[in-house]
Amino acid sequence: MVNKLMNRICISLALGLIAVSSLAPASAQTKSSSPIKISSAWVRATPVGAKVAGGYLTITNQSSKSDRLIGATFPKSARVEVHEMKVVDEVMRMRQLPDGLEIKPGATVVLKPGSYHLMFIGLHEQIKVGHTINGTLEFKNAGTVRVTFKTRGLGQGSMPGHGKAHQSMKQPNAHGSGSGHGSGSGHDEKTITNHKHPK
Amino acid sequence: MMKKLRYTAWVAVAVGVLLGGVLLVRSAFLTPLSEMPFAVKIGGPFTLTTHTGERLSAKDLKGKPFAIFFGFTFCPEVCPTTLLELTQAIEQLGAEADKMRFLFVSVDHERDTPDHLKTYISNFDKRIVGLTGTAEEIAAIAKAYRVYFKKVPTEGSYTIDHTATTYLMGRKGQMVSTLAYQEKPETRLAKLRGLIRGTR
Repeated sequence: MVNKLMNRICISLALGLIAVSSLAPASAQTKSSSPIKISSAWVRATPVGAKVAGGYLTITNQSSKSDRLIGATFPKSARVEVHEMKVVDEVMRMRQLPDGLEIKPGATVVLKPGSYHLMFIGLHEQIKVGHTINGTLEFKNAGTVRVTFKTRGLGQGSMPGHGKAHQSMKQPNAHGSGSGHGSGSGHDEKTITNHKHPK
Repeated sequence: MMKKLRYTAWVAVAVGVLLGGVLLVRSAFLTPLSEMPFAVKIGGPFTLTTHTGERLSAKDLKGKPFAIFFGFTFCPEVCPTTLLELTQAIEQLGAEADKMRFLFVSVDHERDTPDHLKTYISNFDKRIVGLTGTAEEIAAIAKAYRVYFKKVPTEGSYTIDHTATTYLMGRKGQMVSTLAYQEKPETRLAKLRGLIRGTR
């Protein structure tokens, strides 16, 4: 009888500890203020059997130092690469950016269809509309930044008004500040959480 | 000597202008571009394996117009978007879509086995046929259709650069028109209707 009671107390204590520890990062999140702001993060839903998916988002660097998006994690894929895609002379060309994507001080860079994107490689499961998926972005200076991707339909080839917009984003290190990102980036701002992990 | 050289040069220019003019007139009024003797010929014989494991050759397509697009299933944007846009167009065409064929040719023979293509293609309209083959078979059809494709390594994988245009082919397997990547839906539909209702 006493034994049973002790067991119960132990279990509730353990559960309590787990609950407290899982809350800790969430409270840290509200205190930190990363100079990297993320908005409009989304991933394109995938056909059954697809092993890759494209991820898109808007990144603003509010610091006075240049930064680089060098990697990311995504729970539904084995790996993530930072890519650039272009359709030039009817040919689709996709390249990994080996040094990542530079975001100059004060600049906003939009990862969007027909341009820069995150390539989720080796999907463990299909990505369906309605899913929201938490991942992280890795920046050279700002460290790890959390991101929540919403899922958009398979038909989201490009955002409204961006049909041929990729032509203007030819430089791998272009800082898209002020040009070409205004019209398509004004949604889902509230779904994104920013957080810099203490290193 | 100098005079003779100059004379020859002018004759050459005159002949050139005349020839250019004739060809220009021909292209404008007489012959469709795709049938001009000097035009790059798109299309030709091929044999590939469908997503259901059957063999399909260019001969099997004779008599019906078809749309043909090249891509691969490890493609995050252009290929699923094009297949989805084709699916939507097919739905809008309704029964008329049965009067033509829709082909998706993989340029990734290593990863796109018929089985994998079958799963992937099941997401789209059932009238779209997925095709794959050996490296040689895919190289042969790409050459016939003047399709560019090139394997590009990435850190832990590879991607494939490829022509993103959809070719619209006539009843004799000749090129009639093309659909650009992300062609306006109404233009796409009009071109497909034109192909189905036309005589070419």
